[in-house]
Amino acid sequence: MNLETDYLGLKLKNPIMPGASPLVDDLSTVRRLEDAGAAAIVMHSLFEEQIELERAALDRDVESHTESFAEALTYLPNEEDFNETSEQYLQLISKIKATVSVPVIASLNGITPGGWIDYAKLMEQAGADALELNYYDIPSNPSMTGAQIEARAVALVEAIRENVSIPIAVKLSPFFSSLPNFVKQLLGAGANGVVLFNRFYQPDINIEDLDTESVLELSTPSELRLRLRWLALLSAQIDTSYAATGGVHSAQDAIRAIMAGADAVQMVSALLRNGTDHLATVLADLTRWLEEHEYESLAQMRGTMNLKHCPDATAFERANYLRILKSWQV
Amino acid sequence: MSANQEPSTAVRSPKAATLDANEAVASVAYRLSETIAIYPITPSSPMAESCDEWSAKSRPNLWGSVPSLVEMQSEAGVAGAVHGMLNSGALTTTFTASQGLLLMIPNMYKIAGELLPFCFHVTARALATHALSIFGDHSDVMACRQTGFVMLASNSVQEAQDMACISHAATFETRVPFMHFFDGFRTSHEVSKIDLLDDEVLRSLVNEEAIRTFRSRALTPDKPSIRGTAQNPDVYFQAREACNPYYASVPKAVQGLMDRFAKLTGRQYHLFDYVGHPEADRVIIAIGSGAETAEEAAVWLNAQGQKVGVLKVRLYRPFNVEAFIAAMPASVKSIAVLDRTKEPGSVGEPLYLDVVTALAEARSSGLSRFACEPVVIGGRYGLGSKEFDPAMAKAIFDELLRERPKNHFTIGINDDVSGTSLDYDAEFDLEGSDVVRAVFFGLGADGTVGANKNSIKIIGEETSNFAQGYFVYDSKKSGAMTISHLRFGPRPISAHYLIKRANFVACHQATFMEKFDVLGYAVPKGVFLLNTPFGADVIWDHLPREVQQQIVEKELQFYVIDAASVAHAAGAGGRTNTIMQTCFFAISGVLPREEAIAQIKKAIKKTYGRKGDAVVAQNFAAVDQALAGLHQVKVPANCCNGHAMLPPVPDCAPDFVKRVTSVILENKGDLLPVSAFTADGTWPVATTQWEKRNIADKLPVWDSSICIQCNKCAFVCPHAAIRSKFYPSELLANAPEGFNSVKMRAQEGQSFTIQVAPEDCTGCTLCASVCPAKSKTDPSHKALTMTVIPERAKEAAQYAYFLDLPNPDRTLLKPEVKSSQFAQPLFEYSGACTGCGETPYLKLLTQMFGDRLVIANATGCSSIYGGNLPTTPYTTDKNGRGPAWSNSLFEDNAEYGLGFRFAIDKQNGMARELLTKLAPQIGDTLVADLLAGGGRDEAAIAAQRERVKALRDRLAGINALDARRLSDIADFLVRKSTWIVGGDGWAYDIGYGGVDHVLSTGANINILVLDTEVYSNTGGQMSKSTPFGATAKFAMAGKTRPKKDLGLMAMSYGNIYVARIAFGAKDAQTVKAFEEAESFDGPSLIIAYSHCIAHGYSLNHGLEQQRLAVESGTWPLFRYDPRRAAEGLNAMQIDNAPPKVRVADYLRNELRFKTKPENLAAFEAAAQEQVDQRVAFYQKLAGTGISEAAK
Repeated sequence: MNLETDYLGLKLKNPIMPGASPLVDDLSTVRRLEDAGAAAIVMHSLFEEQIELERAALDRDVESHTESFAEALTYLPNEEDFNETSEQYLQLISKIKATVSVPVIASLNGITPGGWIDYAKLMEQAGADALELNYYDIPSNPSMTGAQIEARAVALVEAIRENVSIPIAVKLSPFFSSLPNFVKQLLGAGANGVVLFNRFYQPDINIEDLDTESVLELSTPSELRLRLRWLALLSAQIDTSYAATGGVHSAQDAIRAIMAGADAVQMVSALLRNGTDHLATVLADLTRWLEEHEYESLAQMRGTMNLKHCPDATAFERANYLRILKSWQV
Repeated sequence: MSANQEPSTAVRSPKAATLDANEAVASVAYRLSETIAIYPITPSSPMAESCDEWSAKSRPNLWGSVPSLVEMQSEAGVAGAVHGMLNSGALTTTFTASQGLLLMIPNMYKIAGELLPFCFHVTARALATHALSIFGDHSDVMACRQTGFVMLASNSVQEAQDMACISHAATFETRVPFMHFFDGFRTSHEVSKIDLLDDEVLRSLVNEEAIRTFRSRALTPDKPSIRGTAQNPDVYFQAREACNPYYASVPKAVQGLMDRFAKLTGRQYHLFDYVGHPEADRVIIAIGSGAETAEEAAVWLNAQGQKVGVLKVRLYRPFNVEAFIAAMPASVKSIAVLDRTKEPGSVGEPLYLDVVTALAEARSSGLSRFACEPVVIGGRYGLGSKEFDPAMAKAIFDELLRERPKNHFTIGINDDVSGTSLDYDAEFDLEGSDVVRAVFFGLGADGTVGANKNSIKIIGEETSNFAQGYFVYDSKKSGAMTISHLRFGPRPISAHYLIKRANFVACHQATFMEKFDVLGYAVPKGVFLLNTPFGADVIWDHLPREVQQQIVEKELQFYVIDAASVAHAAGAGGRTNTIMQTCFFAISGVLPREEAIAQIKKAIKKTYGRKGDAVVAQNFAAVDQALAGLHQVKVPANCCNGHAMLPPVPDCAPDFVKRVTSVILENKGDLLPVSAFTADGTWPVATTQWEKRNIADKLPVWDSSICIQCNKCAFVCPHAAIRSKFYPSELLANAPEGFNSVKMRAQEGQSFTIQVAPEDCTGCTLCASVCPAKSKTDPSHKALTMTVIPERAKEAAQYAYFLDLPNPDRTLLKPEVKSSQFAQPLFEYSGACTGCGETPYLKLLTQMFGDRLVIANATGCSSIYGGNLPTTPYTTDKNGRGPAWSNSLFEDNAEYGLGFRFAIDKQNGMARELLTKLAPQIGDTLVADLLAGGGRDEAAIAAQRERVKALRDRLAGINALDARRLSDIADFLVRKSTWIVGGDGWAYDIGYGGVDHVLSTGANINILVLDTEVYSNTGGQMSKSTPFGATAKFAMAGKTRPKKDLGLMAMSYGNIYVARIAFGAKDAQTVKAFEEAESFDGPSLIIAYSHCIAHGYSLNHGLEQQRLAVESGTWPLFRYDPRRAAEGLNAMQIDNAPPKVRVADYLRNELRFKTKPENLAAFEAAAQEQVDQRVAFYQKLAGTGISEAAK
């Protein structure tokens, strides 16, 4: 079965790839992912705050103690002997590139144009085949309009585009007032595709300590439906690369996403839960399903259930909600 | 740079660089060695650190092989290892100083006795006598002159490099081992522009054939021989004399190498170098940098028509009489021999004795060629880096003019006790006008020194000018002042002393203007730059009167800049170094402004280039904005009506503090005469309270309405600068305005206050961080919040009132966290780092047992913040009782403390014997009560003290020698608590033998190990406590071996109380361990996790990291109490719950664990595995002994 797909201009042997996660920290895991059939490796994000904070911290916590006490002009070996997370990240790109033959997609997370954008270029130089810009903005400022937030993202993509020649995918949250329009703006600024959607880290509240705490919850297949809707809506109207992420746990989930218009699907939770070999299982199931249903290729299936082609397009539109409510009355 | 310059056609064109002697010497030693054994000791540590770094980066030696390094447990260990390396045929070196050198002496005899070619390098440093001194003199090297080592001295950075090379080459040729030495700090840490020695010079000097012969003598089973035999009276003597020809050959061989060196480099040295008038009537003889200073004075005096000279001794051992006499001018009539050491009781100091003896020998052997036999006097100078400048040298030359010059004189001090000192004219100054002299006052953390080193590099390496820098640091580890002394000029700089008069004076911290005579350094019409938040238009009115007067009288060009604002605007954070450096170049005139700015930017690009263009741009912006923000102040002609400078100590301070301490605090300690000091180094306690440093930008502010009165804030405070008290509410009637209090919980009629010491707090934030009390309506607001305090004086008045409130009755306080903090801390306001992880333990110790506490403190951080002048933190309670604290050495601390215990116990025993003997006169009841009253708890101790008081009253009425003897030692009838305190460098490494032995004696001592997992005080070198994977100096690529489990080793005895604690993770367990250790009638060992700046993160997260260390299982908490075993229980109790976070969650927050990325993942996995195994092992040991606390 021909599972080939084109994502961000990259020719992929199949549409399944591990999404941004700590899985790639370990090279042997990366190797196992490739062995399991991963079509590309998406790295976890390097965060804007991480880059900026680390620079400040090195200065504050290490350099500020130097040259002030006669017995100890320094307290640690030279700064260059340590690795900032950002440098480790760049070296990890090179190492993954040297380890696997599939494309490697590096990921940058940030919202404000600034010095950290330099890292896009450094990632390209380190060997990344594409960049995933994880645009992760919580609009907490009441004086900031939606248009301003969108404009900031567009400016950011433009700035990165100026720095690199490799493809850029923008990983989005679903919380934009007009996602189709926003996606068009991003593509206009130089993006080559979008990834739908970021799963927000949602802090919990510890009622004993009166504090927030971070909780990592893996996705469930039900989360896929939000992605399906927007893939269906967007892919029918805007021609670009799409990847689905969040809720793809099985071959059936992947099939749904591709039918809705995805060129590729990213998996994280299912791999964390079931291990890297699960990717091979999904691929095998996908192949079998396509064969059993007598598809000629994966390409034949892509977008077949989007807004343009699906038998009941309104299912993806507003009426959807009403019909579900009705179904509950039965 | 005083070697005679002899042009030679073979002279190579050298590469110039600016560096300090440590780096220059290390570079030579490294290239000429194959094996290097190291151990850190100030001021030599940077040499070992450089070698470690080069080895880690695979830099090859002269023969293309990377030298192998091993860090030993002590200098004694180094010496042993070196001896072995030499006997096994490897070219070997090491570096040391001071006590470290003394520890090598036994092996130095062996190495010399076996004629092993070996060269090592010593940064000559004072020895610990009445006090420790990390600074320079020749006490250490002079203690080795009898070992059989050749001693070759160098006087400057250039010479240190050159003599290092000559020493290594000469030891191969002569087989006799060499000790090359230079002045600690003055030379080792002086940054200077020198001509570097390239590999070809080294190669040309090294005798390959001699190296082959050396190797052929190595011990090997393939061709065995035996060394280290024991010899008997029949042969030992003759065999000892067999080495004489080798020593006889040394002078000629060294001179031969010096001559060859001159041909290669143009720098000619001799065994003795004479400089000055060829027909001098007066000569100073000296070794080291002081000889260069004497030369400067001689040159000046000769220019005035006098006839004087200086003889520089380079080859001190073997002392070659012939060369010595040949070098001296025949015209000399009087000689002053300068020694930088003191040998009490000797006829004179060593060089003096050698000179006198040499002259006598020359006379008797007919070598003497003097017109008349010269008068010789000896004198001491420069002990412990005391300044030695041309004014002092001139005074010595002047003294030699007298008919009967003073012998055994001192210079540079005022000896008003024994009258040894020579007077000198402190105003005398001969620095040339072609040398730009600049002095900078900075705060340790502000990067002033780093920026100045950078400026020296710019001028020294990017222009044809010469540059020199020397940096003076104060004794505090937080909020420390640095003074940089920089010289720039068109000719080599020969002045190796501090600048007295500067063309440019910069003060990077405006508060210093209130405390120190900064402008005392400024020459008339000089330039003065002040970093201040006040603009050019208003600054004048904010200056103290004394400063205004100096600016007017000296007609200074006065500039201001608000560097903090410029840094903020440029996004450069709090670091103002680049900005101040830019201003220096802009107004000092040392380089054309544009050229200087271009060079600064070049340096920025070099430093920050790897961090990306944005960071570089940010720094460029800081440079440009600095120029825009720099303004000259229009000085009012006659308007010096500012406020007075702050007095260094308040009027209410004790007499000694006002007379002595305050002078040191003003940075004028050099002016104190000998009579100001005790003869034995004893010093009054409780002096930090008089040094108000005011270094915190923000202070914790207490919201009494939400405080839950847990006292955790006071518990974690490293500086005892936030305190807690409860007291009768009626006392509040006299409280000053704003004094905050709240009803004490569960205590009717009592009020409670948390009070900050606003002038002593360092702003570390640990108190606010640990505070668990949050507002119910606004949980972001805690009972303690760090806030900028506008009215510090008001807060200070509140603190003074708080201190006057009565302390609670100790007998009512329980050994638990909250109660412990109502006890007065008897360790306060130390100079430890902001956020220090060690000092909370010491504070607690003094709160729990302070009035009966005796502390033996190993050298290290805790001895520096515990005992470094000018002020010391151990204090007393209202009865005048408090910790008796002392530091002996680094290596002997456990034994030292055991000695305390034995002496205390013996005197207790003698007191009891005398009590029994005198019972009829004293009264049987009191005697019986005293004999039975040795209890440990507070009530028993208080009662026993009352009985001792009654005893003394009765003894006063008994006229008998025994009664007086008993009265003298009666205090020993009250229990004393003996604690042996030190860091992991001591307990795990250099002092481990002693720790182990003392534990094994069964004596009732308590050992507290403040475990920072590195040698913190000397700058973060690896110890055996350093954990697996941590990067430290001497473990550049991350330690590959696990941390030694000291607790487990001690537990193996079975009769020792052992606890492992971390106050930030479980404070209650810390208190419990202290209490149990103290009450255990036998040896106790407590290993205390101490976060440290050497871990590479902001210490305001110190408590969080302690918690993660424990929760990840990295730092297990336990108590092993042999008393439990006696009760049939498992002695071992684990005090933490099973690990609930990953080891990586702990490691990833600290820079020390961020080693090379290729190792990171594997390292984290291995670290996790090690921890898992350790946890499992501990759990097996404990069986069901999981403590209630852990559950």
